[in-house]
Amino acid sequence: MSTFNNPLLEAKGITKYFGTITALENVDLKVHAGECLGVVGDNGAGKSTLMKVLSGLYKPSSGSLYFQGKEEILESPKDSQNLGLEMVYQDLALAGNLPIGENIFLGREPTKNIGFLKFLDFNKIKELTNAHLGKLKINVKSADQKVEELSGGQRQAVAIARSTAFNAKVVIMDEPTAALAIKEVGKVLDLINSLKKTGVGVIVISHRMDDIFSVCDRVMALFQGTNFAESELSNTSRDEVIGWIMGKK
Amino acid sequence: MEEKDNKKESLYLKLMPYIEKYGILLLLVLMILVMHILQPDVFLSWRNVTNVFKQISWQSMLALGVFMVIVTAGIDLSVGSIMMLSLMVLAIVAKAGAPWFIVVITPLIAGFLCGLFNGAGITLLRMPHPFIMTLGTLYIFRGTGNLISGGTPISGFTDEVRYLGHGRIDLTWLGLEKSQYLPVSLVLIAVVYIIFWFFLNHSRTGKWIYAIGGNPSAARASGINVNKILIIVYSLCGFLSGIGALILAGRTDSGYPNAGLQSELDAIAACIIGGASFFGGRGTVLGVFAGVMIMGILRNGLNLMDVSSFWQQVLIGSIIVIAVYIDVLRRDLGTRK
Repeated sequence: MSTFNNPLLEAKGITKYFGTITALENVDLKVHAGECLGVVGDNGAGKSTLMKVLSGLYKPSSGSLYFQGKEEILESPKDSQNLGLEMVYQDLALAGNLPIGENIFLGREPTKNIGFLKFLDFNKIKELTNAHLGKLKINVKSADQKVEELSGGQRQAVAIARSTAFNAKVVIMDEPTAALAIKEVGKVLDLINSLKKTGVGVIVISHRMDDIFSVCDRVMALFQGTNFAESELSNTSRDEVIGWIMGKK
Repeated sequence: MEEKDNKKESLYLKLMPYIEKYGILLLLVLMILVMHILQPDVFLSWRNVTNVFKQISWQSMLALGVFMVIVTAGIDLSVGSIMMLSLMVLAIVAKAGAPWFIVVITPLIAGFLCGLFNGAGITLLRMPHPFIMTLGTLYIFRGTGNLISGGTPISGFTDEVRYLGHGRIDLTWLGLEKSQYLPVSLVLIAVVYIIFWFFLNHSRTGKWIYAIGGNPSAARASGINVNKILIIVYSLCGFLSGIGALILAGRTDSGYPNAGLQSELDAIAACIIGGASFFGGRGTVLGVFAGVMIMGILRNGLNLMDVSSFWQQVLIGSIIVIAVYIDVLRRDLGTRK
């Protein structure tokens, strides 16, 4: 897929220190529209830190981010959301006590004005939620169901629905299948493939070679906070990628 | 067998939202019925009912404030002290001869500032738990109240200042007797509770307060400024304690050092009885009101029956434990593992 010329999202020379610890050193990353990039690496290799830098949760100590060719400085997750950069966290980042619809629109709830007061527009939340879940072919009983009543796979689907509800251009997923039952994994991978078809750039962090080799177009490995190896998926093998994770080329 | 269990569970799941919403009201109605049967002549008399509302008036303000804090999975132990400090500020300003419209807003401002201090401490000083910050301010605010007043009661306010706590709305135009009046404090409770019900259920900020209690990292990842919302919540809690001080000033006509002593525990108890979960994110304004009412009716009813106040303590304590046990059972059944 190297025919894409302009990456949608590009990170150059990202370095991140936590006190005296170097979590990331001079890391580069890019993803194109409609492409899925797999990011692999051992525990502590810096995958999650890199994703948190991309989502605006951490500020990099040095390095720069380019979105659609323009340099951007992300001060908070709000900034990355405004660009169309969405994150699906490993712990799913859903509030179990709230219904599906309110989770999808959390922080960006539609409102209606009554006089000078702003009220939540529950009808609109429900309407938009049903339309969006329908588009992604996600089946739930009702948009009013609380998230804590859902299965792991359904929660993951809601988290993905949440990340794509606002015209996302890049979706970053941290271990999207780690917490799922086997029969639910396929559904989530299908969902990722259908996202790619709509022109969204997807970054998947995963330990599971099955995930990487069924949805990704390119794979990059981090080792001890640095870029270790990168390849088109068609030019590599599972054994080679597993070797990269362990620091062997 | 397993199928039967599943059926039972799904019926429970269907009923759960209603039990969660209205179960506590059922308990309240039941209590009213029992008290009415035990004390048929007195309990539901106009005089006694208005008396109950007058007695719970300031506690209901503290409980509502603490409730919002508990929804965020926090706690505020300082509301009794905030109320006392606000009351002392009111008393001093009143004694200094300030006009009544200045006097009535001073406890609101003082309460708000105390709450702001709590919120700022919890978020900016990154206290490991709100318990610690508000335990500290429980002493700080009461100490400050005693310092500014010299630790002695200050009495005697004008009728305007006492209106919210002591005022009566005459209902003789409805053909009722002179003694059948409506306490202004009852109307105040209704207005404040309705406003806060709207705020918590129909505003974005209110929804975020619940989201923070449900999962703070989800709220943060959604771009919600969690610290800002927490500061708002603790400030509003202080503000409501200030309203409590204004009501208490009206009821007692005095600012006194022991005002609101241990009332933070009553406020927390009312929230817990009313179904607010200590784990955060759960509970309703209606539930808190029911919790306050249950405690008020229990005290009132037991007093009417001449039951010793020691038994009242035992009963209220038991209700708290039972209410929380029900909360534990609900969590076991309500969430999938």
